[in-house]
Amino acid sequence: MKGVRHYPGFLGLTILCLVILYAPLIVVMAYSFNGSTSITQWGGFSMRWYVDVFTGPDAKRFGQAAWNSITIALMAATAATIIATAAALAMVKGGRFRGRGASFALINLPLMVPEIVTAVASLIFFTAIGLTTGYGTILVAHMAFCIPFAFLPIAARLEGIEASYEQAARDLYATRAQAFRLILLPLLAPGLASGWLLAFIISLDDFIITNFVKGAGMETLPTAIFGSVKQGIKPNIMAISTLMLAVSVLFVTAAYLINRKGRQTP
Amino acid sequence: MKKLLLGTCLLASPAFAQGELKVYHWFEYIPQELVDKFQAETGITVTIDTFDSNESMLASLKAGRLGQYDVAVPADFMVGIMANDGMLDSFTPEEMPNLGNIEPQWMDVPFDAGRKHSIPYQWGSTSFSVNRDVYQGDISSLATLFDPPAELRGKINVLDSQNEVLILGSLYLGIPQCTQDRDQLRALNDMLLAAKPHWASFGSDIAKDVLVSGDAAAGMIYNGFSAKARAEGANVEYVYPKEGHVVWMDNVVLLKDAPNRDNALKFMNFLLDPVNAAAVTNYAAYTAGVTGVAPYLDEAIKTSPENNPPEGITPGVFAQACDEETQKLYDAIWTNLKK
Amino acid sequence: MAGGDDSWRPLAPRLLIPTWVVIGLFSLLPVILMAVYSFLTKEFRGGVIWDFTLAAYDQFFIDRGLFGDEPARLEWTYINIFGRSLLQAAICTALCLVVGFPTAWFIATRPARTRAVWLFLITIPYWVNLLIRTVSLKFLIRDNGPLNEALMSIGLTSGPLPLVNTNLAVQLGLFYSYLPFMVLPIYAAVERYNFALSEAAADLYASRWTTLREIVLPVVKPGIIAGCILVFVPALGAFLAPDLLGGAKTFMIGSLIEEQFKGSQGNWPFGAAVSMILLTLVLIALIFYARTAAREGAR
Repeated sequence: MKGVRHYPGFLGLTILCLVILYAPLIVVMAYSFNGSTSITQWGGFSMRWYVDVFTGPDAKRFGQAAWNSITIALMAATAATIIATAAALAMVKGGRFRGRGASFALINLPLMVPEIVTAVASLIFFTAIGLTTGYGTILVAHMAFCIPFAFLPIAARLEGIEASYEQAARDLYATRAQAFRLILLPLLAPGLASGWLLAFIISLDDFIITNFVKGAGMETLPTAIFGSVKQGIKPNIMAISTLMLAVSVLFVTAAYLINRKGRQTP
Repeated sequence: MKKLLLGTCLLASPAFAQGELKVYHWFEYIPQELVDKFQAETGITVTIDTFDSNESMLASLKAGRLGQYDVAVPADFMVGIMANDGMLDSFTPEEMPNLGNIEPQWMDVPFDAGRKHSIPYQWGSTSFSVNRDVYQGDISSLATLFDPPAELRGKINVLDSQNEVLILGSLYLGIPQCTQDRDQLRALNDMLLAAKPHWASFGSDIAKDVLVSGDAAAGMIYNGFSAKARAEGANVEYVYPKEGHVVWMDNVVLLKDAPNRDNALKFMNFLLDPVNAAAVTNYAAYTAGVTGVAPYLDEAIKTSPENNPPEGITPGVFAQACDEETQKLYDAIWTNLKK
Repeated sequence: MAGGDDSWRPLAPRLLIPTWVVIGLFSLLPVILMAVYSFLTKEFRGGVIWDFTLAAYDQFFIDRGLFGDEPARLEWTYINIFGRSLLQAAICTALCLVVGFPTAWFIATRPARTRAVWLFLITIPYWVNLLIRTVSLKFLIRDNGPLNEALMSIGLTSGPLPLVNTNLAVQLGLFYSYLPFMVLPIYAAVERYNFALSEAAADLYASRWTTLREIVLPVVKPGIIAGCILVFVPALGAFLAPDLLGGAKTFMIGSLIEEQFKGSQGNWPFGAAVSMILLTLVLIALIFYARTAAREGAR
């Protein structure tokens, strides 16, 4: 059994893969605890840059940027999840109907178009219709490109739910709305949760599109960080990066656990 | 759906709230303490966005940001371009009580005769700096950048700013700005292409940091930025090259359709106060265009070699705004350089 | 399953209305508008004039010399930029494949419990902000950064390896950014692979590597192609890695487009045209993928 699965050297490459992926992150994490103001010299273990993140001269700017990022991500992810759920119901349960192929292509459009093209197109669009760029434009742009990311896990989950559950409920005289609310929705919950988390992280992380459609004085965390690192990597950026890393890991772990739990109960 | 759309439109419209000011400024060019002081004195909340070249500021204002900012800080030639394009609002001397503080030589400037749209912010020069720990040889010529000695090759950062690179290149070759002479333009093009392999990177906002961190041993840079690099511990010498250098003056302009025009005027007037102008100079290490700043200046700034060029240097030149046809040629050279 | 039950069928079109409105309005319409813009006349220093012209595409493809009066030739400047970006994306894809396939295979052949942990480890970095990952890499490989210090302290190199601001650094950055995109689809394909096929081949005295080449690769090919597309498309339009790791010395497709909108040249129609050409290339790649996938599916 084991023989045909085993290839010499594959373990080594896997470990190489992990080293490449983790080395930069670990280095930045380690240096975020550097007590020295210079990023090149080690000045002993210190939490000063974490204190600086919350109280330093940039604290207000980064705080505002973080607030913008989080509120936009919350709203965009929620809207995208609702829209994607409706779309997934139609695509998975709706059978064949006119425009199904076109709809499928449309849902996946934001995935297929390179990000820089989406960014440019959005900038042109908002300028052409005379909409002032700012919080609102970032929000709608994020909403649109988060839909496919929310759609994928929801549709995948929906495909795994046998129609017989719902059918049984309908046979017992539940209305379609009741069957949906009491049977389908609870079964779908893990898919909804991971779809929402995916959309949330995608929105939170986006730099290129936001950079093009943000208006005057508007920053999200990634654009604020970009503005800072352009002038050189500073220790407080490493602390912010480590904090963001922790948030991301927390979210992925949550998504992973929810998904695993969802898989155990059908 | 309609409601949602309406909602997003409302969200997207600019806030006309009282007590706001939106400034479009260069990176690392105003001390936070000064902004705090202004906010404390007036109760106006200041938001600052940054840009890293005159051209990118213009492009972004044209890309729908005009009407979102109250003031911007373009350099001399760019003030002229923006005024010609009708992007600036004007003010009267009555609206700007401190107008008389402007040094006479900066009052009747060609790009804004009589100061109707703009006030001086800081002025300075652009040339280059060399880390003297790495290279001790002769650095009096622009050849240090364009035909560098072996010790500096591959360790040079160049400003990612079309205008400044092309003007310094022209000075090195001794050709005029905005020329349409084919041989001269070809020579400029060829010289830059030959120089590029010796350069490590293009970057404006990183220009100081690469010198401090040692990632670059020489770099095209602004005089004040170089002074800051020196203050942060890099052994760099700023050069006033024998072929000449670029002089510029950054100006605070009142933008057309400024959402908070009154606050903008208050801010500009505030910056003309010698105490405040000196605060900017102490921070940015350039020179203010305002009278009476001397008593408030740090000694180190007053006497810095970057701000006090030696006697007998070749005078600097201001950038010129070329017409569209000529600009196209310079754009082509820049694209050629970066292709 | 996918056939659906009848009760949902009449609702389907209505359920799709929000999707059509949001994506149609904020993704599709902008792309269409961008196509229109690529045929407009540029305004000096940014903006457009509503006069239709082919000037942007002319600038891309036709070279009339620096002064615009030489006989028209094919313009190589932008084709070279595309060529370089394509090459870089292709090398990145190949590297990701060489490292990603064995990794995916290794993970997929672990027992179920440890498999989940391996997979989790591979995906975590993907969720860390791309910008932060790129900056971290830059910090790691700087001339006096931790990597060079470590190499010099163990005596492997005498001076710092110049890595930052080289094509190698950009390549490394792209590879590092998109590696998980390669591993995941291949993993999904290998997980479904029926190992009885390999055993049958082994019974017929085929060597491990012959089996891999002749049996495994054809079967998991859709996963490999999906992975290649997922790496290739974003790598082609990548913006952060060339800008931060490559020293912004040469234009890539991404920075060329950005320069037209945010940089000094302010040529919107040209930026829109370059975007259109990039989009066309990507669509060709996707159609190629869809056709290959369909053919594999039919087999």
